[in-house]
Amino acid sequence: MTSSVHVRDLVVTRGRVEVLHGLTFAIEPGRVTGLLGPSGGGKTTLMRALVGVQSGIRGSVLVLGLPAGSPELRRRVGYVTQAPAVYGDLTVAENLAYFAAVLGVGRARCQQVLHDVGLADRQGQLVQTLSGGQRARVSLATALLGEPELLVLDEPTVGLDPVLRRDLWQLFGSLAAGGVTLLVSSHVMDEARRCDRLLLLRDGHLVADDTPAGLLARTGADDLEGAFLAVAEATA
Amino acid sequence: MNAARTFATAGRVLRQLRRDRRTAALLLGVPSVLLILLRYVYDGRPAVFDHVGAPLLALFPFITMFLVTSVAMLRERTSGTLERLLTTPLGRADLLVGYALAFGAVAVLQTGIASALALGPLGLQLAASPALVVLLALLDALLGMALGLFLSAFARNEFQAVQFLPAFVLPQLLLCGLFADRSAMAAPLRWLSDVLPLTYAVDGMQELTVRSGVGSALAVDLAVVAGASALALALGAATLRRQSA
Ligand SMILES: Nc1ncnc2c1ncn2[C@@H]1O[C@H](COP(=O)(O)OP(=O)(O)O)[C@@H](O)[C@H]1O
Ligand SMILES: [Mg+2]
Repeated sequence: MTSSVHVRDLVVTRGRVEVLHGLTFAIEPGRVTGLLGPSGGGKTTLMRALVGVQSGIRGSVLVLGLPAGSPELRRRVGYVTQAPAVYGDLTVAENLAYFAAVLGVGRARCQQVLHDVGLADRQGQLVQTLSGGQRARVSLATALLGEPELLVLDEPTVGLDPVLRRDLWQLFGSLAAGGVTLLVSSHVMDEARRCDRLLLLRDGHLVADDTPAGLLARTGADDLEGAFLAVAEATA
Repeated sequence: MNAARTFATAGRVLRQLRRDRRTAALLLGVPSVLLILLRYVYDGRPAVFDHVGAPLLALFPFITMFLVTSVAMLRERTSGTLERLLTTPLGRADLLVGYALAFGAVAVLQTGIASALALGPLGLQLAASPALVVLLALLDALLGMALGLFLSAFARNEFQAVQFLPAFVLPQLLLCGLFADRSAMAAPLRWLSDVLPLTYAVDGMQELTVRSGVGSALAVDLAVVAGASALALALGAATLRRQSA
């Protein structure tokens, strides 16, 4: 199978600082790929490069066979930023309706995605009165609206309670089972076991690209947190 | 450009404005209060009220739309919604024209209320038809919107955005010929006022107080204000970059 994302020798400079130092990897379709690593490691920068909003890029970034940021990709790729990008002074339903109009999808789809993220009972509430986790799920819902082939989610489960986290990971799994490719970032190692494949990013270097089982086997660690520490120390 | 996306954007902007009732009330009510104030400040000199009142009808939409747009766009930028929108099929023209439709509608309402009050109970004397007043005020609103949109790209926060009003609008007010006769200005200032769009907005309103039809002077004023709005809007569009550091 061909990859959904193909990155070769990606170098990103932000300000005057080189933030990503030559990454090469591929992301397989229909899988949940975890992008893990400590805060400041470059996860957000890498995701921005994939969706085409990051400037200062060298190397090649192919997304669904096209150069990242191609206009044709705007309906095929969904991006959820780390900070929820929704309108606080609109209700949940109004936010969804606006993004639905932008994407050209119908009202029924709004109901569906609200249900998927567990916010069906919050439609009339102003987004600024929601909790942080609820707001993040509104942002996620708007990205699901257009049924994108590739979903790039920047720390979507931060600040959620364990039950909601589990529900969202189940949602990601079922989306992947339906053929959607997901790249999900997190700085919580505990979430790594939910992924089909892991990319570990540390200080702008890709220090591992493996399955969770493969990583455990390779490092001989008891858990993924330990595996990450082992990899980090080996490459330090 | 896509009509459905443009109208959806206009509807969304209006909904946000309507939700903020105090802002909406201030937008629509403050011009009337100021006009009443002005009317009784010049209680004994109705000619002065005619001379200053009409240009004010042009200035209200210009100033309020400048402020509202710069803050609204700054919010879109800092909240991440702008970046988000630019990763969707929404075009830059959809966004800009959507904003223009929404704020244009507010400007028409604002000017409609203010002119009805000024021309009715307050007895402002105009030679031209009120429809021309609303048309010119609408163009002024679009000019304010376009300038606010463009300048918002250079503000990092709301404090800076609000300071652009005294920095960019007050000098234009001083030079536009409303408070001081332009012919009495030092030559360099007069040249400067010749190239500032607000000069033409105010001149247009003053034309409306003395002439009934669309004379050549008014046509020039309308064209300059419309042209300056289009230029500022194009510059503003250039600041909506899909990529950033
Ligand atoms: N706008 C910016 N300008 C310059 N450097 C930045 C900018 N944003 C982030 N950085 C730097 O890039 C590095 C990676 O940041 P980021 O991609 O946000 O990491 P992560 O998402 O893994 O926490 C950090 O060292 C951060 O300080
Ligand atoms: Mg991040």
